[in-house]
Amino acid sequence: MATARFWRENASMYNLIASRCTACGALQFPPRTFCPVCHRRSLGKMERFKLKGEGEIYSFSIVHEATADLEMQKPYVLAMMRMDEGVMLTAQVVDCKLEDAKIGLRVRAVLRLLSEEGPDGVIHYGYKFVPLA
Amino acid sequence: MREVAIIGIGDTKFGELWDMSFRQIGIQAGLAAVHDAKLRAEDIDALYVGNMSAGRFIEQEHVAALIADYSGMARDFTPATRVEAAGASGGLALRQGYMAVASGMHDIVVVGGAEKMTDVPDGLSNDIQNSAADRQWECTFGATFPSLHAMIARRYMHQYGATREQIAQVAVKNHKHGSLNPKAQFQKEITLDTVLKAPMVAEPLGMFDCAPNSDGAAAVVLCSMEKARNYTDVPIKILASAQASDTLALHGRPDICTFRATQAAAQRAFKQARLEPKHIHLAEVHDNFTISELLAVEDLGFFAKGSGGKATADGQTLIGGQVAVNTSGGLKARGDPIGATGVAQVVELVTQLRGQAGKRQVADAKYGLAQNVGGTGGTVVVHILGVA
Repeated sequence: MATARFWRENASMYNLIASRCTACGALQFPPRTFCPVCHRRSLGKMERFKLKGEGEIYSFSIVHEATADLEMQKPYVLAMMRMDEGVMLTAQVVDCKLEDAKIGLRVRAVLRLLSEEGPDGVIHYGYKFVPLA
Repeated sequence: MREVAIIGIGDTKFGELWDMSFRQIGIQAGLAAVHDAKLRAEDIDALYVGNMSAGRFIEQEHVAALIADYSGMARDFTPATRVEAAGASGGLALRQGYMAVASGMHDIVVVGGAEKMTDVPDGLSNDIQNSAADRQWECTFGATFPSLHAMIARRYMHQYGATREQIAQVAVKNHKHGSLNPKAQFQKEITLDTVLKAPMVAEPLGMFDCAPNSDGAAAVVLCSMEKARNYTDVPIKILASAQASDTLALHGRPDICTFRATQAAAQRAFKQARLEPKHIHLAEVHDNFTISELLAVEDLGFFAKGSGGKATADGQTLIGGQVAVNTSGGLKARGDPIGATGVAQVVELVTQLRGQAGKRQVADAKYGLAQNVGGTGGTVVVHILGVA
């Protein structure tokens, strides 16, 4: 994908910036410009909200057939995490033996390399998760 | 609104059709449907084409005009429209055609669906299918289309105590049905062991839990009910057409073991048809993965939440069971040329409701339902058909 497409999302991909509707309090990750619950009433009332980065595995898979850019990482643990603030997101769980992945495992976010656009291209970074020691 | 009937059906074999191009399979299915309805090209008011990603599979956009051209319809300047909703493209195209006839805008409409998936390597084909999920917030982080469904399967087993074997049984059952369908991509029965010992794609799902990459096309001809008997003695009535949306990303939902869009579309469809799940004799559901069929048969209301695995293992979804599910072989065995799938489901229902399904005929079939899913449930289309 084009570099700008990653670059413009860096705040959320590096620092887990979500959005919060001050009208109803609902959190959204990734951040949204208006609240799907309050619709128009939320315009101008959305604020940035930084997630603490801790949560637990809601479900997971061990991926054996990966896309070309992740070929070298397979097999890897992919999981949906429910963050302590309530929102869910999808990411890899690393520094974790495949057999240790389980529903309910406490995890925290770390910044890691996601993929590279070939030997001369841009390197993309973003969140992955590690077991909370 | 006018009542709408299906007066013609046609399809191609599904599989790796190396010797046929996108336009050839599209035309073959369309011509078969038009021939079945005994129509002339000039009788057709409009064409709708379901297609997910010709732009990436064959680097050709604007495929509705392409099909209009090669089918000869462009000589009459017949309007042709492409419809896209990932895996639900075909069902959604049918719904557009249905609305065009029901509204009185058109009298006779051809709805086709087509996908040519094997002109690109498997890796690229899989990546194109990932586009049905949230590319930016799921796939960038390592999610693949199978792994999203694998997470549904894992959570489903965790929440409801369903077993890996019950999930695998969906593939065994659909291959059994596929063995009775001469147009299916796979016509061999398989054992539970084959599914369980297959190479892993995304744990807990293996290769035999996943529908294949396929080339293929399917088409139906729609007509207002009042004129349908001018063309056929066995018009099949569309009793309901319903559609619903949900979040694009799976992680945007409170519970991934229920497709709320399936529930919503089914509720709307049953209300329109004035029927209940217990009245349905057969259903074609979107088993792009084994787990998807279990969610479908529950969310459509055939079985209680969490009991679909047991019902499948007990044979209640076999031909002859409580409700015959995926008599065509489903996406798993009949094949899954994405844009064609939703239309092919309806071709199977019509074949059954006409009593022309041969060895896989469901006895006394009067009501059939089709459930067509886009992505991980971001779009769901449900149609209910009945003998007129």
